Amino acid sequence: MFASSELNQRNRNRERVFRVLFGTMTALLVLPVIIILVTLVVKGGPVISVEFLFGNPTNGMTAGGIFPALLGTVWLVLVALLASVPLGVAAAIYLSEYAADNWFTRAINLAIINLAGVPSIVHALFGLGAFVVFFGLGTSILAASLTLAIMTLPVVIVATREALQAVPQSFREACWNMGATRWQTIHRVVLPNAITGVLTGVILEVSRTAGETAPIMFTGAAFFLPFLPQSVFDQTMALSLHLFVVSTQVPGMPEQLPFGVALVLIGIVLIMNSLSIALRMYLRGKKKW
Amino acid sequence: MVAAPQSPATAKLEVRDLAINYGTKQAVSDISLTIRENEIFGIIGPANAGKTSFLKAINRMEDFDTNMSVAGQILFDGVDTRQVRNVYGLRRRIGVVFPLPVGLPMTVYDNVALAPRLAGVRNKAELNVIVERCLHRAALWDEVKDRLNALGSLLSGGQQQRLTIARALSQEPDLLMLDEFSIAIDPVTTMRIEDVLKELRQEMTIILVTNLVQQARRIADRTAFFLEGSCVEIAPTEDLFTGEVSDQRTRDYVEGRFG
Repeated sequence: MFASSELNQRNRNRERVFRVLFGTMTALLVLPVIIILVTLVVKGGPVISVEFLFGNPTNGMTAGGIFPALLGTVWLVLVALLASVPLGVAAAIYLSEYAADNWFTRAINLAIINLAGVPSIVHALFGLGAFVVFFGLGTSILAASLTLAIMTLPVVIVATREALQAVPQSFREACWNMGATRWQTIHRVVLPNAITGVLTGVILEVSRTAGETAPIMFTGAAFFLPFLPQSVFDQTMALSLHLFVVSTQVPGMPEQLPFGVALVLIGIVLIMNSLSIALRMYLRGKKKW
Repeated sequence: MVAAPQSPATAKLEVRDLAINYGTKQAVSDISLTIRENEIFGIIGPANAGKTSFLKAINRMEDFDTNMSVAGQILFDGVDTRQVRNVYGLRRRIGVVFPLPVGLPMTVYDNVALAPRLAGVRNKAELNVIVERCLHRAALWDEVKDRLNALGSLLSGGQQQRLTIARALSQEPDLLMLDEFSIAIDPVTTMRIEDVLKELRQEMTIILVTNLVQQARRIADRTAFFLEGSCVEIAPTEDLFTGEVSDQRTRDYVEGRFG
């Protein structure tokens, strides 16, 4: 009764081939991540200790801890977030909810996407010129964070815009028909349903911000500072730059140390992200339509 | 905000030479009609007759669609809606129910309390009264009274549509527009809502766009037949069905010979 024809047979074979093909591709993608993580944990794990995490570097950075760099990275990411999230979300709301769909808006959207493609070293030079020199912020956490913020703005804007546009148009129309203004509609219906997407943008931004080296090299990150930054106007060490330094610039470096720094860097990103991931999971549980 | 009604004291809505275009495509042309206060005005017609566009123009939805342009006049209580500055005030007086139910992803309570809240009602007791009254009138109260905190978007289709109607009523509109409201709901619920509409007529004017000719027959006082963007005929509903029509196309449509 269910005898398979030649066509059925072919379709089933094809089904099998594609399943295996796509599965293999996914495995190939995951493989490097696993290798990196395992290497870091195996080689860097033994370095991690309370003293390593909370101590100052000593002996020309070949010993001691990395606390100034760790704290510096947290500073840089937080200040960058404070600058770019409000700015990026506001811009995305404007582009998605207010701006008319004309050539000008499309040009702006295109420009934003292209901004994401600008090499980070170009952002670094822009930050140096604009924040450090022109606005007179000097090499400081503030200047470095603003540079990072500018660099990651496209990520926040694009993620937020996508999230806003995923909210069904019928929700907006239902709200407008009740006599709601655009802002009332945005803040009562659109934003609450787009917030998880905004958090995705924030997660991506944290990851990128924490790892960038070039933009902060000229604008606020120091090679070596024996003290902790007191305010956003101080220079700071940062994990990413520190990793670069201990990997390539210092002779006689213990082989394990750079792995330890890298492991801490990834750990910091994970911890900061887990906060927004947890928030996102909580909010996603509440969102249903 | 709105002046006293003009000439025929009972005109709620006067449409003069209405034309609606989407880009270069004409959706509605040359419609002139009057809708009286406290009547149920049915609009029937096949797809692409311009029924929905007509409703959108009344509510000034073209403000949200740069592609849509409206020419002609629509007088609401004698005031030209194109000239109304406070378009939000205008929309608050017009309740709209679209074909597909829209349960906003918030609780049942919040769905119905949204319009009063937008209008500035903060008092919890007052909101409770409004929510209960509107859910009662939309024939939904008994089914949701124990789960007012459930998500409105998780109700069944028929319940969501009644929720949509309750939401429209919560604005306390004087004009209620329903666009093929029964498309996504079962016949029993449809009949219940029709009964509700007949009661609501005491308090407001209702425009009922429908694909179901018999639905217009059941509840509309007068019915207009739209075809290809124009209004072919307006008559007391019963006349359309007893053959007292002036246009052969109306008879053909009503008797199911096309459309």
